[in-house]
Amino acid sequence: MSGINDPFSPFTGRRGPEGADEGQRHAGQSPAPPLTCLPASGVEPPVSTRPSDPRKRGEESLPRAAQPFLGFACLLRRYGFAIAPEQITGFMQAVTLLGPRSMNDIREAALATLAPPPDRHTEFEAHFQSYFYGNTSIRTEAEADEETRVKDDGGADDERIEAEQTREGGELSSALEQLSSRDFQREDDRLTAFRRQLSSALPARRSFRTVRTHSRGKLDLRRSLREIVSADGDVPFPLLRRRQTVPRKLLILIDVSGSMKLHTADYLKLTHAAVQGADRAEIFTFGTRLTRITSALRLRDRDQALARVAGQVDDWDGGTRMGPTLLAFLSVPRFSSFARGAAVVILSDALERGGHAELETAMRRLSARAFRLSLATPLAGDPRFRPATAALSAILPSLDDLIDGSSVGSLTDFILSLARPAPRAAAIWKRVS
Amino acid sequence: MADGNVEAVATSPEAVARHLAASRYLADDSLATAIFLAIRLGKPLLLEGAPGVGKTEAAKAIAELLGRDLVRLQCYEGIDAAHALYEWNYQRQLLAIRHAGEHEIDIYDDRFLIARPLLQVLRAPEQRVLLVDEIDRSDHEFEALLLEFLSDFQISIPERGTIRATAQPIVILTSNRTRELAEALRRRCVYHWIGYPDAGREAAIIMLRAGDVAEATAQAVASAVQMIRARPLAKPPGIAEAVEWANAATILEKGGSPWPEAFRRAIGVLIKDEEDLSYIAPELGRIVEEALG
Repeated sequence: MSGINDPFSPFTGRRGPEGADEGQRHAGQSPAPPLTCLPASGVEPPVSTRPSDPRKRGEESLPRAAQPFLGFACLLRRYGFAIAPEQITGFMQAVTLLGPRSMNDIREAALATLAPPPDRHTEFEAHFQSYFYGNTSIRTEAEADEETRVKDDGGADDERIEAEQTREGGELSSALEQLSSRDFQREDDRLTAFRRQLSSALPARRSFRTVRTHSRGKLDLRRSLREIVSADGDVPFPLLRRRQTVPRKLLILIDVSGSMKLHTADYLKLTHAAVQGADRAEIFTFGTRLTRITSALRLRDRDQALARVAGQVDDWDGGTRMGPTLLAFLSVPRFSSFARGAAVVILSDALERGGHAELETAMRRLSARAFRLSLATPLAGDPRFRPATAALSAILPSLDDLIDGSSVGSLTDFILSLARPAPRAAAIWKRVS
Repeated sequence: MADGNVEAVATSPEAVARHLAASRYLADDSLATAIFLAIRLGKPLLLEGAPGVGKTEAAKAIAELLGRDLVRLQCYEGIDAAHALYEWNYQRQLLAIRHAGEHEIDIYDDRFLIARPLLQVLRAPEQRVLLVDEIDRSDHEFEALLLEFLSDFQISIPERGTIRATAQPIVILTSNRTRELAEALRRRCVYHWIGYPDAGREAAIIMLRAGDVAEATAQAVASAVQMIRARPLAKPPGIAEAVEWANAATILEKGGSPWPEAFRRAIGVLIKDEEDLSYIAPELGRIVEEALG
């Protein structure tokens, strides 16, 4: 289950009605459309009338007036809101406490006790309206909330450029397919090794917590004192403890625009291995939009995970608006706070269309937050490559590393070496050119 | 006794809102309802919202409303039981052992126990309110520890046994939502999301909180801040910043700057990010004039 153990996602367990019935549907209940249990619709819910039906039995033992509240909670549950039994009890208690004097009291009670995540308030409101008022005109789109749309400032231009890039990418990909398939077996082994080594190879920071140790530490007064008391006042030997080290977070941002088309598949395989191997990794894709794909990549099976990613990302092979999307990333507090103190790797060619002022701002902010900010560009695979484009030379001072991202091998080697210090990108590339 | 007191104060959401207003905190209906339910259902109250919308202030106002002391536990990455529950005063224990010589001494006596916030509240649940601030900053282990505390309201000290609360303490948790809290924690709580207030409410808050600000100024500040928040800033200004801005502009105006100029000069207390400042600077004059006009 991808989303369930995901502490980062507010969208845990988010599924449509057809997906929600895995653990929720009760014995004997037909897969009815959720709105048929509307009190306002006047239609009898098509539940089984067998007396052994647990749902039916539960509703009968409730007073008639309380049934709509249980029904509403069940409706929300069917739409993937995580609601515990004790929350339903709390909801009913709250309604009783408040009177209820108006429908608004019921709404407030539901908001406070059933606790729908703030991002899904509009959806919640739509369900509330449809259930208690029978008003189904308010519809929420089942749209991926995890993506931050970036304001579109040049719609007409985009379409033309996107079309051109798609054509170009399509021609090139047929030539490179042979290359990647030839190397497939070795690449898989490499990724397996990468997954195993990753968690111990990531850069570490000192945690606030301490571990017991036999050497090199500070005196552990609590344990020492217990030892002294049990040894009748003697001090056998001092017990020590020292600060623990924990691996830093890993944040990978993948460019999925048309110009990166040849590499996205490889990058996704690599990030899948990274999510599986690292304790705390977050993966995003960006093109014209920003999409968080970490939860999809948590699936152990790679093909399934990649298929799910393919469904989540909407802007495959489109244009790039790297600056605005990175700024959008930074403006979502829970995303940008993940970047704080993390090793950030951006997989992109940094071919920014139009001005690069926003890209420069975004990279400067990102580098101020990150422990280490690296840009891996496939263009650097070419020995003649120099960071000479206006955008690249503008962001070079903010970068810790500017490395070759043309093959999985070079990338895995680089990520595994993140803990080792290296001169800044600007210093290296000045020497080269 | 104290329970009767609580029920006398929290008779309805409106009564709660009235008492909060007396403590200089303006809550909307939804927040007042959540607070009322938390108090009456005896569940912890979880407040989430962007930085600077008054989550901590709400907790202070609730403590004042109930006439209790606020015990604040600030969370951070790596916070552990010794900072949240209790700690032994080892130096004093060692001294006491040495001082006692041949006599018997109980080194796990109360006087060697340092009570940290959770234990403090447990010992006097009817005189204290617990605020667990910015719980999203702590790590998952601490959240689990807190979960145990919140479900049973008891702490086990190996040397002393289990300490139980005599009454259900009132607990308020706040989170900036930089990471998602565990579902188990969310579902034990009464939940409320505090958003930014609308212009009218914000003006009222500024009037209440700022020193001597004219009503027109407060309204202008509120509507200008609304407009500024609509822009894509890295750090949208919170309510506290808006209050500061109104104060600063009033002081500057008394010092001789005319109105639009005073607002422009005082912008540093409202927006505290260099890039945001340069982004908003060209538009600021227009925003302030629109808000004043």
